[in-house]
Parts: sequence; structure tokens; C-alpha cells
Amino acid sequence: MIDMKCNFSVFSRLIRMSGKICIGITFLCAEFASGQADVPVPSPPQKQPVYLTNATIHVGDGRVLQRATIGFDKGKIIFLEENPTFKTDETIGRVIDCSGKHIYPGLIAPNTIIGLSEIEAVRATNDYRETGQYNPNARSIISYNTDSRVTPTIRSNGVLYAQVVPQGGVISGTSSVVQLDAWNWEDALVKEDGIWLNWPSELSGGGWWAEPAALHANKEYHKQVEAIKSYFKEAKSYCAAAEHTKTNLRFEAMCDLFNKRKNLYVNATRVNEMQHAILLGEEMGMRIVLCGADESWKIAGELARKGIPVILGETHDLPGMPDDDIDIAYKTPYLLQQAGVLFCISIPGAFWQQRNLMFQAGTAAAYGLSKEDALRAITLNAAKILGIDNHTGSLEKGKAATLIVSTGDLLDMRTSHIELAFIDGREIDLNNKQKELYEKFKRKYGLQ
Amino acid sequence: MIIMRYCFFISLTCLLRTSVAQESTFKTNGPDDYREGKHLFANATIFTSYNFKIQQACLFVQNGKVVKAEPCNTPVTELQKIYKDWLVHDMTGRYIYPAFIDLFADYGIAEARREQKEGGPQPESNIKGAYGWNQAIHTDFHADRHFTANEKQAEEWRKLGFGAVLTHRKDGIARGTGALVTLQTTDKENFLCIKADAAAFFSFQKGTSTQDYPSSLMGAIALLRQTHYDAQWYKQVRNSPPASANLTPITEYNINLEEWNRQLNLPQIFDAAGDWQHILRADKIGDEFNIRYIIKGNGNEYQRADAIKQAQVRLIIPLNFPKPYDVEDPNKAAWISLQDLKHWELAPTNPAMLAKAGVEFAITTADLEKKEEFLPALRKAVKFGLDSVLALKALTYNPAVFINAYDLIGSLESGKLANFIITSKPLFDDKCEINEVWIQGRRHEVKPFEARDIRGEYLLTWQTPEPNSHRLIVSGELSNLKAHILQKDTQKIEVKFTYREQDVQLIFTPDRNTKHVIRLSGVVRHNEKKWSGTGELPDGRRFTWSAEHVKNILPDSVTTVKDTTQHTKDLGKIIYPFLAYGNDTLPAPGSYIIKNGTVWTNEPSGILRNTDIIIRNGKIAEIGKNLQCAGCKSVDATGKHVTSGIIDEHSHIAISQGVNEGTEASSAEVRIGDVINAQDINIYRQLAGGVVAAQLLHGSANPIGGQSAIIKFRWGYLPEQMKIEGADGFIKFALGENVKQSNWGDKHTIRYPQTRMGVEQVYYNYFTKAREYEAAWKSYGSYLSSKSKSNPAIVPPRKDLELDALLEILQRKRFITCHSYVQSEINMLMHVADSFGFKVNTFTHILEGYKVADKMKAHGVNASSFSDWWAYKYEVIDAIPYNTALLMKMGICTAVNSDDAEMARRLNQEAAKAVKYGGLSEEDAWKTVTLNPAKMLHLDHRTGSIKKGKDADVVVWSDNPLSVYAKAEQTFVDGILFFDIRRDEEKRSEILAERARLIQKMLLEKKSGSPTQEPVRKTQQMYNCSDGEHVH
Repeated sequence: MIDMKCNFSVFSRLIRMSGKICIGITFLCAEFASGQADVPVPSPPQKQPVYLTNATIHVGDGRVLQRATIGFDKGKIIFLEENPTFKTDETIGRVIDCSGKHIYPGLIAPNTIIGLSEIEAVRATNDYRETGQYNPNARSIISYNTDSRVTPTIRSNGVLYAQVVPQGGVISGTSSVVQLDAWNWEDALVKEDGIWLNWPSELSGGGWWAEPAALHANKEYHKQVEAIKSYFKEAKSYCAAAEHTKTNLRFEAMCDLFNKRKNLYVNATRVNEMQHAILLGEEMGMRIVLCGADESWKIAGELARKGIPVILGETHDLPGMPDDDIDIAYKTPYLLQQAGVLFCISIPGAFWQQRNLMFQAGTAAAYGLSKEDALRAITLNAAKILGIDNHTGSLEKGKAATLIVSTGDLLDMRTSHIELAFIDGREIDLNNKQKELYEKFKRKYGLQ
Repeated sequence: MIIMRYCFFISLTCLLRTSVAQESTFKTNGPDDYREGKHLFANATIFTSYNFKIQQACLFVQNGKVVKAEPCNTPVTELQKIYKDWLVHDMTGRYIYPAFIDLFADYGIAEARREQKEGGPQPESNIKGAYGWNQAIHTDFHADRHFTANEKQAEEWRKLGFGAVLTHRKDGIARGTGALVTLQTTDKENFLCIKADAAAFFSFQKGTSTQDYPSSLMGAIALLRQTHYDAQWYKQVRNSPPASANLTPITEYNINLEEWNRQLNLPQIFDAAGDWQHILRADKIGDEFNIRYIIKGNGNEYQRADAIKQAQVRLIIPLNFPKPYDVEDPNKAAWISLQDLKHWELAPTNPAMLAKAGVEFAITTADLEKKEEFLPALRKAVKFGLDSVLALKALTYNPAVFINAYDLIGSLESGKLANFIITSKPLFDDKCEINEVWIQGRRHEVKPFEARDIRGEYLLTWQTPEPNSHRLIVSGELSNLKAHILQKDTQKIEVKFTYREQDVQLIFTPDRNTKHVIRLSGVVRHNEKKWSGTGELPDGRRFTWSAEHVKNILPDSVTTVKDTTQHTKDLGKIIYPFLAYGNDTLPAPGSYIIKNGTVWTNEPSGILRNTDIIIRNGKIAEIGKNLQCAGCKSVDATGKHVTSGIIDEHSHIAISQGVNEGTEASSAEVRIGDVINAQDINIYRQLAGGVVAAQLLHGSANPIGGQSAIIKFRWGYLPEQMKIEGADGFIKFALGENVKQSNWGDKHTIRYPQTRMGVEQVYYNYFTKAREYEAAWKSYGSYLSSKSKSNPAIVPPRKDLELDALLEILQRKRFITCHSYVQSEINMLMHVADSFGFKVNTFTHILEGYKVADKMKAHGVNASSFSDWWAYKYEVIDAIPYNTALLMKMGICTAVNSDDAEMARRLNQEAAKAVKYGGLSEEDAWKTVTLNPAKMLHLDHRTGSIKKGKDADVVVWSDNPLSVYAKAEQTFVDGILFFDIRRDEEKRSEILAERARLIQKMLLEKKSGSPTQEPVRKTQQMYNCSDGEHVH
């Protein structure tokens, strides 16, 4: 059965099915669509039940179901079984045979500025850094651009959620989790989940670009840490007061930290920095999440004991020191997993790189992590850390039907190819500007 | 006492000021006070030169010069009678050495100041006058004209035993000349400057110059090279009489080039501050111009002493041995690299290792935090194996000989300056003190001589008037004498005893009950071993007394057993390169058989299963099934994949100090090959990613960048050894936002070009100039070969290294790799090339290549693309990840490159993305990182595929190499196993163990009271194309 709504995925499936004959139609459609916008049209709510059958289903919590079927309706997963006896035909809704294919939860890209920047080098497109040092009340969701040309290129690789994070200063602002198929930011918002703090660096240094000077101990470090502490203390006492004659918007924004309704995300790199950040969390009674956390493997045991989660930076990263194990960044996820730390993987660097999130996890799988644990690091673990795991992150009944269908192993670029994707049961359009340009020029050169 | 001596010194100075011994043009105020200054230093152990010692010798000095030094086994009293007209100094038991010479000083020269200027570009020199074009060339600076004696500075050097220094201004790339000056300040500078223009100085650092060019190390090297050629040409032009006055253009007069040429005959001293690779870089420039530089090193030359020896350079080395780090905090200790930890341990062996390698060197006080660290450091160097004779040579003979001043100083031979030091003990003895430094016959006291030994038993007598007689015993340490009086042979009366060379004081209480004190004061006659003076009794009566030496008392013998080997045993090994993951011996080619692998040949035979490869003599010797190889090490590749090594067409690793010389629109003259950094850890990391070779490219800051270096990843080898032999020359070009400085900030709106249309004109301009340059040389050539050489006026065109490189492009001897994004500019450069009759070799990045693939195909250009980068700047908004596949499908030889030290070690994954985006076959995708880059670098005849006879650049992979799960397990370059995944595991443990050993050693040093330094974290710049600026 085929949906007859005119979107790109339908037409691209048409082409695959009927070969050369449909090329003309496809281009008509492409031209029509790009006349509207080169960002695909957000899909309407799920109208009927959908069943994906005979697939290898990676649940996201470590389980793999063979020859399994997943069904969803009204945006929620209603059915999940291995070798089901349940009869699937057109009478129960839309049925898609996924034999030989792999189904995964929609991926979650934490700690990124996707939607807050369109072109890194063009200042006018950058909306992630508010002026001043303490901006807890600056909300990333307000800047979030649902019509970014970059987002579709990420979705088409299987990333369906992002945590959109303000940058800079000491407290950068409030982040938000969004789903990546929306008309506007209200549509997109899943949750405003936490406040971001940049922990001071223990090291400081100068030099110039060709000859960076050696870094030495940051003499201001303890002073800077003290300043942060006292800011949090003041905020906490503000929040404890019954009423105020004058409102402090910045402090207001922080009150949810002290009742743990929001996370405090702390960018910290080195052991001492992380230890000090954890202390702050304990003293203030906040839920701390360490981000970046290059050296988290050095204190993994303690992180596990204290239940401090970690959003790791890129797996594809160079070691900090020549002496380090050359694969230290590759295997940090494994080291955290071994110790029992709750962690997920992010790409804090280039926002357009989010489409490689699954390969960052793939490398972690090459260096110790099991493939299912690697998947968990970009799905369920991320959902747990961001506090959206009751909604998504794994393929379980009652959770959102946000999932992807891949031709082969999602984590390996050799085989990773997303054929279908659903957000809250809505099949989303996997086309993007880059595919269009590819088609346009294939057509120019008469290539298949 | 201290005050007294001070006053004495002042008065002596004043006295001598008026008594210039030299013939002089100066008028004197008052009667002349001419003195001959005839001094005889008697009965010392005299080193007349570093390797010639005379015991019991006399040194005769007159008029500030050495008359002679000869054996004179004669008591001082006799000598005094013989040499009545000489001031005889009794030097019994003392040592005399030639005073030291420091070749790398800025004594008495005011530091250069950097002029404050507004930010923004400064393309030209801001020095007014008939000077050269570049502000970092200071050949007009002559130290003798700026030198003023400075007693405070001079004293610092003298204390260490120095008598003369070669002083210069440490500023700029050409620093002008240094002057050899002595370190006395009694006479006027006219007599201190003993050799003006004693040497010419150079460096790689532009110093206070505010001019933009050069901004990189390779730019500095290019500037030196070009200035040499300019100076040669300038000389020819200036020396040629005009042919016909109205046709010859006005020739320039250029102070800096005039001076440059004048200074060519001087010793050439090069400050190679940085790592030891700078020494080889300086030496290479020297080779080109037939100059044997004397090179100021950095104290880390031991790391490649063999290479330094081979370069046949003479060195000036500092003794800047690092203090141990304070490693008590393990987290902070982790900041310090193994390289720095090891350097701390091995730095003191630097002089010894250089000596052992046979390198001639002089020692300087430069680079020490405080000058007073010098002598302890020198002795440390001796303890760490430096022969003391060679140490002395490095401080006297070598510096003098290096600058052709051995006729003046450096030894105590007849006629040389009377520059020498007097010490109490042999110089390299720990307890040795330098007592006096004599410079040009002027005495400078550093530390008073130890008072002479007067220990013994004396008979102390006086009459009050009744005769008194006591046994007085003087004993104890020389520096802390004690005395007592023996009454009735057993009863000890303590004496408060003070002794200063010729004065004694004795205070004692003969009767304990009364506590009345007797006080004696007198003088010492050392010759007669007799004291005499006056005293006062408790009742106030005065008397005279004397004390006569009766017998010696043997001092307590102090036995110090010195283990001279204790410092050099248990030292860590030198590793190549000198950082983590270095090897203690350089890996050499071996014979290997790689058995039973899945071999991706990149040849028509495709992928071969269950296939063996034999590697021998650095080449792929055989490919086949069930091969046998006697004597081959066997690598079991069952279940594994074997490929040719990855070649990164676009890399910026292994480059020292700057990847861009983006200060001008063209920097065709700069060469990455001049600045290869063989000590970059990324080489090893990328070997671990299966990378065997790379094109090291200049950045993309200007339309015409610099010349590439194409290297193989020969980890641990020297920079020159990493270059691929006989590789074609390449050059970087760049288009678009970087070259028009779009993202450099608001001040960067001056340098041409600011638009894409300007970029085109830059090319037309430079290539047109190159054509004209070619024509000028042609016409000069035909003039030379013509019969009528009667007209001597024709001078050759100016050799221009920039135009040379561009001309090579026109002559198809050098090939362009052009950074490019947008289709319009890609089109443009192909038109420029067509109109000048050459082809663009490679468009790199080429993110809009897919839009002009047909035109590229027609032009015959290669493409080298990012797999999936985009959205980082405006000109890449139309980049698509399908680019590689589309270009390949269009029949364009296409590579996937890194431009990034991290991504380079996963280029196999990047290649796989062409399968994902655009459905390239796996074999074709694999070629984008192996055979195709080999082709575009003109290396496919020797590498890029698994073919008999090709270089054994081979990688064994754990899995399909395009898979995210694949790991390179072995990487061979030219048949040398440079990376092995099992060896890597061992290395990690070795690194941990070596760190731990050194840290424990440092902790012990701290515990034993050694001062320490704070941990630091050295950072390494990771370059990509446009680094140096504000975007990537």
C-alpha cells in the first residue's frame, strides 16, 4: 500500500520501483517542490496505523528483535513482536515489508547549535551567543529555525531529535529538545530541558596561531570557580524567597535547577574541573550533566557511583596529548560503559556534522563498545540524560513512534542508508537540498 | 669590611680611568699617567690554551697583553728579586685559564623596540630612507656603533669567567654585524671593541618588524634566500658601467644590499631558536649559498646529534638545562609531555653527546633564566660526560676560532690579550671559585682569594714586662678557623679568632674566674710565618706581642669518593622522533610475507581472495597464492584485508610554524619543503589510520600560495628523508572567500584581491610577469651565447624565486593544486590555464565541482574533495556529499582528502561515504584515497596500488577497509613496518613506565631541595587550509 500524498519520499520510491519511466515525473515534482521551498513540507499527523514487518529491530535498550514487526498508531507504538503471529494486511492499516532491513529508534543529537546557525562564517546567521556572561534566561527555542536548509540533511541520515544549545559566556542559556519536522518552533519543541554552564579552564595560555604558547595553570581558576558558586548561591536564595519586590529574570530561569526539574549541563574537560563541577551540583542540590568531558574516563568509577551522566563530545577527536593512547577518544565511550556511567555521544563542533552522529557511535563500536551499546549512546541514553526517555529513545509500546528504517547497519557508512523515517508516527520527507542538487546535475549530464 | 673593599674598588677605578695604557687620540685632563702594567703571575698552574697546561708556571703581562707564559719553578721571593720591575703576584696553588668568550650576547646594546601601530595590514616597510624593502632585514645595523659599556652587565659575565663577548642586536631576520668587545669597563669603548664587524647575524624571526611579510617560518626562509639572490644581482648591476646612459634604467641604491654584500665575507652566525630541525633548515640555506653557518642551537641537539654532525655545522649551544617539573599533583603532572619529561633528564648530556658525535661547538650563556646558573650548569655538563678539556675548548678556543679572532683571544699565548681568570681550584671542581678575571691586563676581583692557610701551632709571647708565653693552636676549616690556647699542656682556653689575609685578632680570657679579657691585634707575615702586633691587658696596660709558627697540624682529611658515572647511568634512551611513540632505533626495511589476505589491488585484477604478498627491499616483490618466502617475517592476514596505503592529497600536518604566508597575494616563493616537522605526533596517528603519504600543502590565504612537499610517513626519519625522492613539484593556489579575505575581519579590506574578479586579475598579472621574466632570461641567454660579447653592460635579469615557481607552472614543471569551491571560479582558473597553455592539475575541495564536471573533464583536471563538508561558510552552501561519486561517474580522477589531522586518520571511512552518497562501487570508492591521489600527485608509477615492483606501501586491515569497524593493523611504508597494532600496545605501556620513572626521579630531586618549575602543557597547532585567520 502506498500513501498518495505528494511528497518526495513517495516519488523517490516510485522511481526505485519503476526505473527510468518515472524520471520525468520525478523532476516535475522536484521543480514544483523547490518552487515552494527547498525545505521539505512537514508531515501531517498520523492518520492510520502503520506496521513495519519482518525487520531486524534494534530496540535501543540493547535488545535486537529478529524478523520482528513494529506497529504504531496516533503517533505511539502499539505493537512490537518478534516472529508475530499477528496477521498484517491492508485491513489493519498501512503495512510495509521491511525484510532484510534494520529498524532503529530515531537518533538524538545532543549539544548542538543546529537551527541556531545556518552558515558558520556568516555572522547574520548565527543566533547562539547572547551578550554578557550570565544568561540562564536566554532560551534557545526562540532562535530555533525550523526552516534551516541543514536540518533536512541530518534527518535524512536518521537524526530526528536535537538538543539545541546556546553558547558562550559563563551561563549560556536554556537549551531545548526539538523534533526535526516542524512548521515552527512551537511545533518543534519537545522540552526545555536545562541550563548550560561553561566551567572555567584550569589551563590558560597565549601565543599566536603559528606558534601556540605552552599552557600553564590558570591563576584565576579558583577565583572564577568562586564567582560561579556565589552566583548559584544567590540564585538559590532568590528562588527560595516567597516573593520579590523586583523580579530577576535571570534567577527566575534558574529555579527549576534547584528542584531538579531542569538539568545543569556543565562543559568541563579535565579531572579537576569535573570534580569541582560535581561539588557545585552536590552543594546546590542540582542534577549535573558533564559535557565534553574528555577526561571523564579517568573518573568513570566515581561518575558511576554518584550517578553523574555524561554527554561526550566527538568520538572522532584527536588525543589531547602526544603521550595519550592514540585511540583514546575512540574508546572513551567503552571505558565509560565498562564503569557503568550513563553517557551519550554528541558532536558539539560543527552543527552540520550531526548527520555523522551514527558514525561517531560506529567508531565507538569498533573500539570496544557493542553495536547495541553504541546505538544506545545515540538513542536511549541520550533520552534518559535529556529527560525525554518516557517519550522516546527506544522502541517500546507507548513511546513515540519515532524511528528509522535502514538498508543495512546504521553505524557503518558502508551500509547505512535511511529509507524511511517517522516522527510521532508521521512519515517524514527524507529529501533535502543536496539530493535535489544531485538530481539536477545528474539530469544535466544524463547520468543514472 | 665590605664597605671598605667597595671604596677601594671605586678609588682604583677612578685611578685607572686616567691612566690609559694605550696609545690614544684622546687628550688627558692633567698630567699623563702612563703605566706599563707589568704583571707577573707566579707559580700558578697555567692553561695557556684549552689543551696545554704548565705546572708551576709564570705568566708575564704587559700593556694588557700576554708577554709569555713559561715554567718558573722558583720561589716568589726569588722571582721578586729577579723581576724587580714587575708586579709579582704570588699565585701558588692557584689556576689560570684563558678567559671565556660568549659569541651570542647583546651586551651593551639597547634592545630593539617594536613600534606601536594600529592593527591591520602593513604590506611595506615603514623604515624611511634608502633601505631595502623588508623591515626585518637590518644589515645596516653595526653593533660597534651602538655599543656602550655597561658595568653592571659586564660584571655578570665576568663573574662567570668571561673576558669578551660577541655582541649584537637580537632583532630581525638579518641582524647586521656583531662586535667583539671585552668586558672591562675601565677603558673607553674605543679600547674595548677589539673587533668591529666580527660576524654577521641571521635568524628566522622577524623581531620588531611590523611589516606583514614574512608571517611564517617558510616565509622567513624564502626572504633569506631571495635576499641572497637580490644581493648577488645588485652587485652585478652596480658594478656594470651603463651601456648607453639613456637606455639603462636608473638602478637602485640599497643600503641593506650594500651591507649584505659587504658582510658576506664575515663569519655568518645563525640564530636557530626553536627545535634542532631549525639547525638543519639554516644549514640547508647555507648550502645553497656556499655558507657554513655558525648556528646558535637550543640545547636539544642531542636528539639528533648524528644529523647535526652530518650537516657539518659549527654550533653555539646554551646550557639551559630545564629544572625538574613540580609533579606532586598527578593531575597537573599529566599536562607534561613525555618529550618534556625526557628532555629534562637528557638536556645536561647535550654538550657531551655533541662532543661524542664530533660536532664542534662553543658554549654561550644565552637562554639561561639567570646568568648565575651558568657555572653550575657547566659543571653539570661535565658530570654528564662532557670532557673538561672540550668544555674549556668550547669556551675559549672554539669561539675565538669560529669568528677568526684566535689571534686576539682564546689562549694565553704571546701577543694575545691578557684575558684570563684565576681560580682557587681546577675549574670543573664543584668547589672551584673564580677569584679574579683579568681583562686586557685590568684586574677584576670576583671573589677574594681564600685566605692563606695559617693553621698550625704557634708560640705566642709578650712582655708586660714580665715575659708571657702560650701555646696557640689554630685549626678548623679554612673558611671557619678556630683557635685556642693550651695552658699547662692540657687546659684549653678558647680564643675568639679573626683572620683576614694579613690581619689577626685574638680575644681570650686567661682566668675563668675573673673573666677579664685580653685583646690582641696584629699583622701576618706569611713569608716568615710570623705574626706581631699590640695588645691590651684587662687593666688597660698595653704591650707588643708576637707569634711564631712552631709546627703544622694536619687538617682532618676529608675523603670524598666521587662516583663520576652516577649521573649518566640509568638515563632514558633517545627515541626517534623525540616524543611519545618514538622508536629507540630507526625502523629499517624488512622482508615480509603477508599471507592469505583479501587483497584490494586497485589494478584490473580487482580484489583477490586468499592471496599472499611478498615485500622485499622496500618493494612489492610478488603477489600470488601459496607463496613461499625464506627469511621473510610472516604476517597472517587470514580474514583480513590488504590494501595499498592511503595517500592524503590535502594535508597540513608535519609543518613547523605556519602553513600560510598569506601576507601577499602571491607567495609562490615559499616552500613547505623548508619547514617539514618530522616530530609531529600526527604522523604516527595517521600511520595508525593506514596513511602512508601526503601532500603537505600551503594554506589558502592567498590566490598563489606556496610550494608543496610530498612526503611519506617515515616516522622518526629526518625532514629531508621524508620527502619522496624525485616527486614532481606542486604548488597551492586558492580561490574564493579565503583569498579575498571575506572572513578575516573588517580591517582586512586592503590587500588585493577583494573580489573573485580581482582573483582572476592576480593570475593574469603574475603569469604575464612570468612570461616576461622568461623572455628576459631568454634574451640574456642569447646575448651570452652570441658572438658579440663586446658590450659588457648587459646584466642578467634579477633572479626572482616567486617568478621562477610561476614559470615552472607555465613550463609544465610544476603543478597546481587549487583550493576551490564555487563553479564560477573553477571555470575561471581553467580559462586562465588554457590561455597560458597549461593545465590545472588538481582542484582540491572542489565542492561545486559537480556543477562544472563536464568542463573539468574537458580540461583534464583531477578533483580532490571533502566527502561531506558544508555549511561552514557562504561559498560552501551548495556543497553536496554526492560530489565525489558524481565526479567519478563523469570520468574525473577524484580523491577524497582530509585537510584535517583528525579526519586524515579515518580517510577510509570518508571514502566509504561515496558508496553511501551516490552509490560508487566499493573498489572505486577505495581508489579515491589510494590510487587516485597517487595519480594526481604523479606517484602512481610507484605507489597507490598493489602491483609487483611498486613501493611496498601496504596496509593490513582488520575488516573491509571501507567499514567503520576496520582498523589498520600493520602499516608498511617502503617495506618498513612503521605501525603495528601489537607494537602500539607495547609502546603505550612503555610510555607509561617511562613517564612514571621520570616523575619519580623528579620527585626525588624536589625532595632533595632542587628548585622546580610549574607544569605546562605544550600545545600543538592543528592546521587546516585557512588557519592563521579567523575561519576554516
